[in-house]
Amino acid sequence: MPILEGKGVTKYFGGLVAVSNVDFKVEQGEALGLIGPNGAGKTTLFNLISAALVPKPGTIRFKGENITGLKPYKICRMVVARTFQLVKVFADMPALSNVILGSYFGMSPGMSSKDAVREATELLEFVGLSAVKGTPAKDLTLANQKRLEVARALATNPELLLLDEMMAGLNPTEVGQAMELVTRIRDKGITIIMIEHVMKAIMNVCERIIVLHHGAKIAEGTPQEIVTSKKVIEVYLGEKAHAGS
Amino acid sequence: MDITTLTSKKSLVWWVIILIIFILLAFVPLYAPGYAAILLISILMYVILTVSWVMFSGSTGYMSLAPAVFFGVGIYASAIIGGKLPFPIVVGIGGLASFCLALLVGALTLRLRGIYFAIFTFGLVMLMAHSLLFWELHVTGTRGRFVIVMGYNTIYYYLLGIFVLLLLTAYLINRSRFGLALQSIGQEEDAAAHTGVNVTMLKVTTFAISAFFMGAAGAVMATKWTYIDPFIAFNPFYSFMPVVMAIFGGMGQLFGPIIGAVILTYLEEFLITKFAELYMLIFGTILVIAILYLPDGLVGLIQKMWNRYSERKHADT
Repeated sequence: MPILEGKGVTKYFGGLVAVSNVDFKVEQGEALGLIGPNGAGKTTLFNLISAALVPKPGTIRFKGENITGLKPYKICRMVVARTFQLVKVFADMPALSNVILGSYFGMSPGMSSKDAVREATELLEFVGLSAVKGTPAKDLTLANQKRLEVARALATNPELLLLDEMMAGLNPTEVGQAMELVTRIRDKGITIIMIEHVMKAIMNVCERIIVLHHGAKIAEGTPQEIVTSKKVIEVYLGEKAHAGS
Repeated sequence: MDITTLTSKKSLVWWVIILIIFILLAFVPLYAPGYAAILLISILMYVILTVSWVMFSGSTGYMSLAPAVFFGVGIYASAIIGGKLPFPIVVGIGGLASFCLALLVGALTLRLRGIYFAIFTFGLVMLMAHSLLFWELHVTGTRGRFVIVMGYNTIYYYLLGIFVLLLLTAYLINRSRFGLALQSIGQEEDAAAHTGVNVTMLKVTTFAISAFFMGAAGAVMATKWTYIDPFIAFNPFYSFMPVVMAIFGGMGQLFGPIIGAVILTYLEEFLITKFAELYMLIFGTILVIAILYLPDGLVGLIQKMWNRYSERKHADT
């Protein structure tokens, strides 16, 4: 049974269709890449999966159970966690407290405070932030804030992790570290869906890629199939042709 | 000495100081002249309103201008059932009525963010006052109500009791995981929701708990005024003062709002008696200066000075 399955997932903003009739399946343990030009509906699809938005029409199933219309905190406790395209850390809290919050509330029942502190400390070490655990989140670099978001998401003990442009705005060294981090998360057995514009990262990390364009799924396959797909090349080149005119 | 024993010793000292303050406060009416009790009643009233306001608005960042609503509900509850039931029950009902109203209002409106929530809560003050006025004019045919009067000492002890309960509640919430969750809502609500925090539940519950204390204080204060009407009970002034006092004192620490409320209430009483005509002018000027130059309030200023002092000490060694 796929860990996550969407059928006919659609979302309109007023008259504009942001995600249009998208079917998708994610298998346990895989890393799925989600790509497409700006405005293709990638983040909207993430918002639909994490329940920030509700698809209308369409259904989303987690391990066969219909989770459409549940509240975000319920989805989170059902072991789906996410990060944000524009980082959303708890700015005035120390890095450690950011992660502890996930351990407290990300599963039911929540952890005792002793366990939460221990787990949060381990997770900060896992993402490489041990040295700054007492620093307020707002004083961290962008790369570190993104890692902090990953640690916070991991603290909710997810089986499925949604990573929204984790590499955007990072320098090449940081991209390399982030890719290495994603690989280590996968090795823990956590299923990953990632939105990414850094193609090197997508190609290296994901076994399968879905391409969105104008809200619709236009291609799906292995990285090799995607880079050689005529349709995908057309979409990307077409964008450029439009931009040039 | 490692840091944990240091902090626990430090906090023990704080507990002892707080205990001594409360014991002193408990004996004040026995020794102080009548005016002191009246002044302390005003101070306690504002301290309760301010600390309850900060309990919800300080951490979540939702600026509520509803204190006057919950305070007023307590006042009216006391006017309606006072004398028919034992006073502790009247106070409890005043608090509970506000609690229930806050649950209802919170569930309906806490999806509004920022300025919209502030304006809505302010509109609620007007709505309550005018609905009651309409009711009195057209249904009961009365104007206002008389309230069973209590002695100043009784009022004082009830307020002190409410304050102790409030302080304990605020302290326990701050220390618990729910305090952390409330902070996370104030800083990044979406992220809090996606980290498993039931944001709606937490906001509405905290809003209602803070309303309980405001309502209870209202029920007690009503007995000091002997006569109340809708515009005395639902006076927007009681919505603004807690906000001003909290900002003046500083919201970073639990005692910041207390200090702010004590100083500003005393200042208000002092100015009213000494400079009756200039009182609002002076009070307003002080507030403007405080907002401009003390962004983190008095407590923030003290902390800044303390940090500078300890830095200098370290620099010397």
